[in-house]
Amino acid sequence: MDLIQLFSVFFAALLINNIILMRFLGLCAFFGVSEKMGSSIGMSLAVAFVMTLATAATWPLYHYVLEPLNLTFLRTISFILVIASLVQLVELFMKKNIPGLYRALGIYLPLITTNCAIFGLSLLNINYNYGFLESIFHALGVASGFGLSIILFTGLRMRLNLAPIPKFIAGYPLVFFTAALMSLAFMGFSGMFGIH
Amino acid sequence: MQKWRDIFLNGIVKENPILILMIGLCPVLACSSTATDAFGMGVAATFVLLCSNILVSLLRKLIPTEIRIPIFIVIIATFVTITDYTMQAYFPQLSENLGVFVPLIVVNCVILGRAEAFAYRNTLLASILDGLGMGVGFTLAIVLLGIIREILGAGTVFNVKIGISNPATLLILPPGAFIGIGVLIAVWNALRKSKGSVSSPCASCGLRQMCHSSKEGECEALGQIK
Repeated sequence: MDLIQLFSVFFAALLINNIILMRFLGLCAFFGVSEKMGSSIGMSLAVAFVMTLATAATWPLYHYVLEPLNLTFLRTISFILVIASLVQLVELFMKKNIPGLYRALGIYLPLITTNCAIFGLSLLNINYNYGFLESIFHALGVASGFGLSIILFTGLRMRLNLAPIPKFIAGYPLVFFTAALMSLAFMGFSGMFGIH
Repeated sequence: MQKWRDIFLNGIVKENPILILMIGLCPVLACSSTATDAFGMGVAATFVLLCSNILVSLLRKLIPTEIRIPIFIVIIATFVTITDYTMQAYFPQLSENLGVFVPLIVVNCVILGRAEAFAYRNTLLASILDGLGMGVGFTLAIVLLGIIREILGAGTVFNVKIGISNPATLLILPPGAFIGIGVLIAVWNALRKSKGSVSSPCASCGLRQMCHSSKEGECEALGQIK
């Protein structure tokens, strides 16, 4: 496996197939936690952490346990349970051993257990037939894409709080229109490095 | 009779999961580029919601409170797997279009939310009606968005051509989903506000179902919507 291929997997996930703006995964967190810069940075770090961990756990589970035993129909149920218990374990471990990190990321961990981006990523790694290293790079790319779009979006939302806005557009509709414009901008990355 | 009707209509109008509560948005945006996909997604989610509500309601006296969430997830995941494999066998094209979003029904907050908030505390009949109402509300919203996007973006409805010569392809691409749902919610709000109904600050929070804050409108950690 060469480095170029890993980088193309990373950049495709970061910009071209951005998890939020192009794939519509993890929207709850995107709209729910993007009011303040501090919380969106915390959320994206927590998501990056859990995504990498979840990929490292679900990829071997699928390829070394479910596939040899012909139990691939248990994919959905086993992935969701493994991810949920993994997050719980990490939370307990962090609370006891790394309290500083726990204070920074702890409150986001229970929220992202049921985040569709984490589970969706694990499924995509399987669907794309990625190897283990590719899957990890894909997870890192997807997580950076999540961070990039949520942080940019928070910046826009903070500006929009000061703008005069028609009554019926204020609140959620405006948030969706902003996301639409960002999504349009990210479509411009399509075809970069010859990746679609 | 009135009570049953209220439970059913609650999910369609007053607490429509998409247009009012705004939960479970991921499949709505991702699977609404054509009306057919949207309808398929709506039916799949309704089936899972109904079945999980029935089973949770039947087992509610047996499920210990402490581990109820993992049990709900296992129940939901079972029905999602059934749906996924049935769709792959009988509707392969639809299954391919919806892709990863069929297994993702398992993390849809609407379904877990109804199991936790309604089916776990109510009788079988009430839970069936609630599941149907919420499912129909979800399906109506997603199909409405699908129809709008397909007409304006491709000039067809359910793959039937109608006379639009220059469709705006943008609408069936990802940005179109955000624009479509934004317009839909703005119109819905305008219609509702003229009737003068007020909802709690948490009603529109995307994280409501997962929120651990005890008081309404007080999850300062996440910078609540004022």
